[in-house]
Amino acid sequence: MEANEHEHVIEVTGLRRVYGGGFEAVRGIDFSVRRGEVFALLGTNGAGKTSTVELLEGLAAPAGGRVRVLGHDPYTERAAVRPRTGVMLQEGGFPSELTVAETARMWAGCVSGARPEREVLALVGLEAKAGVRVKQLSGGQRRRLDLALALLGDPEVLFLDEPTTGLDAEGRRDTWELVGALRDAGTTVLLTTHYLEEAEHLADRLAIMHEGSIAATGTPAEVTASEPSRITFELPEGYFLGDLPPLAELGVSDHTVDGRTVRLRTRELQRAATGLLMWAHGAGVELRRLDVRSASLEEAFLGIAKDASAGTTAPKEYAA
Amino acid sequence: MSTTTTTPVSRMTSLARAELTLLGRSKGTLVAALFVPLVLPLSVRSAAEEMDLAEVGLTPGAVVLPAAVGFSLLFAVYSALVGVYVVRREELVLKRLRTGELRDAEILGGSALPSVLTGLAQCLVLITACAVLLDMSAPSAPHLAVLGLLSGLVMCAALAAVTASFTRTAESAQVTPMPLLMISMIGSGMFVPLELLPDQVASVCELLPLTPVVTLVRGGWTGDLSAYESLGALATAVAWTLLAVFAVRRRFRWEPRH
Repeated sequence: MEANEHEHVIEVTGLRRVYGGGFEAVRGIDFSVRRGEVFALLGTNGAGKTSTVELLEGLAAPAGGRVRVLGHDPYTERAAVRPRTGVMLQEGGFPSELTVAETARMWAGCVSGARPEREVLALVGLEAKAGVRVKQLSGGQRRRLDLALALLGDPEVLFLDEPTTGLDAEGRRDTWELVGALRDAGTTVLLTTHYLEEAEHLADRLAIMHEGSIAATGTPAEVTASEPSRITFELPEGYFLGDLPPLAELGVSDHTVDGRTVRLRTRELQRAATGLLMWAHGAGVELRRLDVRSASLEEAFLGIAKDASAGTTAPKEYAA
Repeated sequence: MSTTTTTPVSRMTSLARAELTLLGRSKGTLVAALFVPLVLPLSVRSAAEEMDLAEVGLTPGAVVLPAAVGFSLLFAVYSALVGVYVVRREELVLKRLRTGELRDAEILGGSALPSVLTGLAQCLVLITACAVLLDMSAPSAPHLAVLGLLSGLVMCAALAAVTASFTRTAESAQVTPMPLLMISMIGSGMFVPLELLPDQVASVCELLPLTPVVTLVRGGWTGDLSAYESLGALATAVAWTLLAVFAVRRRFRWEPRH
């Protein structure tokens, strides 16, 4: 397939969604997803992820702003978009009295260019459950059936709303591998998740949503890099904070002391750690419980959520 | 690699096939849909024997046969379908179907197909049984009976979607079809022919949704419906169907309320 690397498969500008009661679930967001990219919408429950994805899937019309999927409006130009997208909803949507095979056959009859049902069921490890009624499946098996149906039509764009919620560790690993393989095959994937490690593992780029707005976008590394790294240790017996080298000279931006536990925050991790360890070596003391780590997505996420609820930040844009 | 493109017909067939499987597995719906319309005509027959039918030029068969068609439409099509639509919405099946290539009308139509075909088959069985058991002559205007039956099937499916629009749960789907069932049985000439009602009451009853169906089917057998009356009945049925379609487009709920 001839594909322009930089073509934006999903474009969202000023998107708003307001529910019947007047609740504004999505408050003017912008982002775009390039062809072949895995893009994650990350956020706590109620952040507006599903409300956003449903607009991209064309299930509802936006209250304001614009969505384009593969160059079309997914709500008003349904027929142009649907044959090229696959959707995994946040929950279910299968008649409980049909078997797995009957469900897949029904869906295959509604999908252009459907692959053989058995093939996609095998892809998600459900081939042995073909004769089982949907109501007898576990929550994780239902998620995998949903994923199988989303993949039936070999979609160019795949929407996955919390694809691994309810899966055990192994099932989650399998789903991650599958999404990775799809990306390698050129599928564009937009997924929502509240698992930070999932976004970190899968996403080429991500947007952190908070209360209907996007608080930060960029690659996981870019979003993480905005947060300071941390050094934690226990002060040796008989030493005080003042015995350490001047913290500002080590590049430490912030510190807290809790009993004998010292926590330093720095944007220059190597400099701060080296200075600290040289000092300990020179003083001949051992820094117990020493823990040196770069910021994780989790800290970035918590920091952004905290800033955003304090109302202090405009969206952070890290995208290159 | 297969590049089969789906068509409205292929999509609806696939959906209807799944719904047919589900109908076969839903014992409660099957009993209500298949059994009730077989029993009720018997009570109409005993009621008809008490009436002074000859005075208005009707035979017991001309009362029982259209009533049987009416029961079938009400139970096998209308109330069964209200349940189907509501349960599929609560299971989020309708929402999931809307993420795919199916158009809204195809989803409602494909889901309705098994119930509509069941209703049609049941009507044909009942009509045959009535004709044989009540010793009726051949219909004098069969085209009117066909027209009445077909318009009734479409209208009942559309009305079921309207009723489902304001029915929240599977439990309430047992109750919300009741008003139309009652009104139709009493006022649409199923138990009591409109000819036996006072004129003013009868002229109001003529406007009820199922009345034109009963009128057309009965007229198909008796042959004493004028062209003007036939067109009037047909217009009433079409008007109700259009009104229902309009209401569904505006009001149908595809997802459960939160």
